[in-house]
Amino acid sequence: MPSRSTGTISKSASTLEQIDNPPQKEVVIEPRSGWIAVDWKELYTHRELLLFLIWRDISVRYKQTVLGSAWAVIQPLLLMLIFSLFFGRAVGIEHGPAPYSVFVFAGLIPWSLFSQGFAQSALSLVNQQHLLTKVYFPRLFVPIASACVFLVDLFYSLLIYAVVLAVNQYPPSWTVIFLPPLIILTLLATLSFGITLAALTVFYRDFRHLVPFLVQILMYLSAVIYPAWVIPEKYHPILALNPMFGLATAYRSAILGDGYPWDLSCLAISSVSTVVGFVFSIYYFRRTERAFADFA
Amino acid sequence: MSQTIIDCERIGKSYRLGLKHNRQHSVNLGTAFTLRESLSEGLAAVGRFCSGRRRPDSDVDTFWALHDVSFQVDRGEVVGLVGRNGAGKSTLLKVLSRIVEPSEGRVRMRGRVASLLEVGTGFHPELSGRENIYLNGAILGMRKFEIDRKLDEIVAFSEIERFLDTPVKRYSSGMYVRLAFAVAAHLEPEILIVDEVLAVGDYAFQKKCMGKMHDVAAGHGRTILFVSHNMGALSQLCNRGILLESGSIKAMGPIADVVKTYMRSGLATNSAHVQFPIEPSRPCQFLSVELTHDDGSHGTDFSCDEPIHLRFVLEVRDIQANVFMSFLLQNPEGTVVLHSDPRDSDPAVTERIKTGRHVFEITLPSRLLAPSTYLVSVRCWQQFGSDLDHRHGCCEFTLRDLSNLIHQRIGVLGVQLPWNQQTTPIGLEPAWHAR
Repeated sequence: MPSRSTGTISKSASTLEQIDNPPQKEVVIEPRSGWIAVDWKELYTHRELLLFLIWRDISVRYKQTVLGSAWAVIQPLLLMLIFSLFFGRAVGIEHGPAPYSVFVFAGLIPWSLFSQGFAQSALSLVNQQHLLTKVYFPRLFVPIASACVFLVDLFYSLLIYAVVLAVNQYPPSWTVIFLPPLIILTLLATLSFGITLAALTVFYRDFRHLVPFLVQILMYLSAVIYPAWVIPEKYHPILALNPMFGLATAYRSAILGDGYPWDLSCLAISSVSTVVGFVFSIYYFRRTERAFADFA
Repeated sequence: MSQTIIDCERIGKSYRLGLKHNRQHSVNLGTAFTLRESLSEGLAAVGRFCSGRRRPDSDVDTFWALHDVSFQVDRGEVVGLVGRNGAGKSTLLKVLSRIVEPSEGRVRMRGRVASLLEVGTGFHPELSGRENIYLNGAILGMRKFEIDRKLDEIVAFSEIERFLDTPVKRYSSGMYVRLAFAVAAHLEPEILIVDEVLAVGDYAFQKKCMGKMHDVAAGHGRTILFVSHNMGALSQLCNRGILLESGSIKAMGPIADVVKTYMRSGLATNSAHVQFPIEPSRPCQFLSVELTHDDGSHGTDFSCDEPIHLRFVLEVRDIQANVFMSFLLQNPEGTVVLHSDPRDSDPAVTERIKTGRHVFEITLPSRLLAPSTYLVSVRCWQQFGSDLDHRHGCCEFTLRDLSNLIHQRIGVLGVQLPWNQQTTPIGLEPAWHAR
C-alpha cells in the first residue's frame, strides 16, 4: 500500500505511484475442502482489529450501569460470599489450612475467566451475525476477543484477592510467580472451548441452550469449590482431561503454598489437553468458517 | 494501460434444497438446522459408508444462486451490476468480498479489497461517534494510523462535529447514516465493492454520496463494482455494466446498453396486477401491485386525462423495527420522475407499518405526466437496514395523450397549463408595450 496523505495533490501523486507499482498481492477465491491451514500472516496484519474488538467489548460492558466498572470487583466478591456461605458453612468440606473463602477464591480466579469467557465466546458469532454476513475479516477474532475481555476481570480479581489475603492475614507463597504461565494456560483452555462452541453454535443453535449446563457441569467436575483430594486419586488422570481440573488445583498450590501440594501429573495432563484442545479448536473453526455466512 | 484486476472464472454458488426441506427452510429463517437432523443425517451417512452405497443424487435438489459467471475487470473500471431481486447480485458481491465461498470456479483479485455491503457494519450504539469511526474503520480493513490521518476528513464529511463524542444511539437516523458512509467513503482500497448502500438517507445526502463515489471513481484509478437499482446513478458512474438474470450473466458491455436491456427485460406479461410468490421465510415482502382505472378495472394503458390508481399489498411478518416503504416511477431513460412514500400524507405513518398485511392505495392525478411508458418500482426497508424487499420495474404502464393525437407532448410533465391569450390589431398595442 503506498502511503497517502489527505491533500489532493499528494493523492494524485500516490495514484501514479500505485499504477507504476501495481500491488503484487493476489487473492484467489475458490472452493476449498477439508482442513484449512491458519493464515497467521493475515491474523497478524489484522491484529489491530482484534485489539479494537476487545476494546469495544470492554468499553461497552458497563455502559449505562450505575455502578460501572465496580461490577468487576463486586461480581467475584459476591461469588466468594455465596460459595463460602453455602459450601463452606453448610456442606463443610475438608479444604485444608486456609479459610474456605480464601480457598475458594483461588479457584474462582481461573474459573471466572474460563466459565464467563467461553460462554460469552460461544455466543459471540451468533450475536454478531451481521458481521459475518456483511464484511470479511478473520472470523477467529470474534470468539477470541469475546473471551479476552474477561482477562480484565481476572486482573481485577487478583487485586481483590490480594486484599482478601491481607484481611485474612494469609501471606501468599513465593510460588505465585508461576501464575503468569497458569493464566496463559487458562486463557488457552477458555479459547479452546469458546472457539469450538462458537463455530458449533452457528450451525446448531442447540448449543446456545446447552452452554449454561456445560458451565454448571464443568464447575462440579473442576475442583473449583472443593479440593481435588476429596476425589479418589485413581480418577484424577481422567478428570484432569478437563483443563480446569488441573488448573484450578494448580492456582491454589501456586498462591496458597503449604497445605496445597502441587499435583504435577494432573497439571501435565490438563496442560496437554488444553494445548491439544486449542489447536483442535482453531482448525475446527477454520474448517467450518467458510460456511458461516451461509448459515448465520 | 489496462491490467486485469478482477478475474472471475466460471463462478458458481449452489445451495442444497429438497432432501433437507427443514434445513433450507431454517437457513432462510436464520436459525440454522437442528442438532437432531444433523445427527440423524450423520448416522445415515455412517450407514451408507458401511454398506458401501453412495447418497443417491436425486435426493439432493440443488439451487444455483450463481452459475457459470465469468468476467474480467480492468484496473480503474467502474462496473455496474444490475438485475432483478434474486438474480444473484448480492451473492456475487459476497463471493467477491470473501464472505461466502463459491461452490465452483475461481476468482483472482489483485490488490486490497474493501466491500461495503451495508452502511455502518459493526457500529455499536453505545459507543460515541469517534469510537465508532475507529471500530468501523478497523472492521472495514483500515489501519489505525490511516484512520488517525483521515479522522478530520471523515468528521467533516459526516457533518457531525458537535456530536462526535455522543453515543451513536442518540443520533438521528440521518446523522447515523452520514457518519457510516463517511467512514466507508474514506477507505482507500484498490478494489471497492459497493452494494445498494446509497439508497439510504435523504436526497441531499444521496447526492453527496454520489458525488463522492464519482470522485473516487474518476480521480484515483480505483476499481469499483457497484450494485444499484438506480439506473440514473449507474449510467452516470459506471462505464461498463453486467446484467445478471437467475444467477447467470445475461448481458455485459457498455453501461447504456446494459441498462436498456435491463429496463426492457422480463416484464410480467400481465403487469396490471402483479402478484409475487409468497416466501414465508422473508420477514417482509410485497404480495402484489395493481394498476386500475377509475372504474376499478385493471389496465396498463391509460389516457393522460384519467387518474391512475395504484394499490400495493405489503405483508410484514417478523420485523420489530419500523418498516419504510416507497414507490417510484421511472421513464424509459431510467430517470426517476416521481418518488413517494406514505409519509407524504402522514409523517408518522411508518410507526404503524408493523406486523400485518398492509394495503396502500394512491392515485396519480390525471394530466400529471407526459405520455410515455413508466416503470413502477416498490421497495421496503428497515430503518438503517438494507432492503427487505425491492421489486424493481414490477409493472409498466403507458400513458397516451388523447387530447392531441398528432403532436405527442414531449418532456416529463403532462400538465396542461391555462394559456391566456389577448390579441390586438397591429399598431394599437397598449402604450406600455410600445415604450
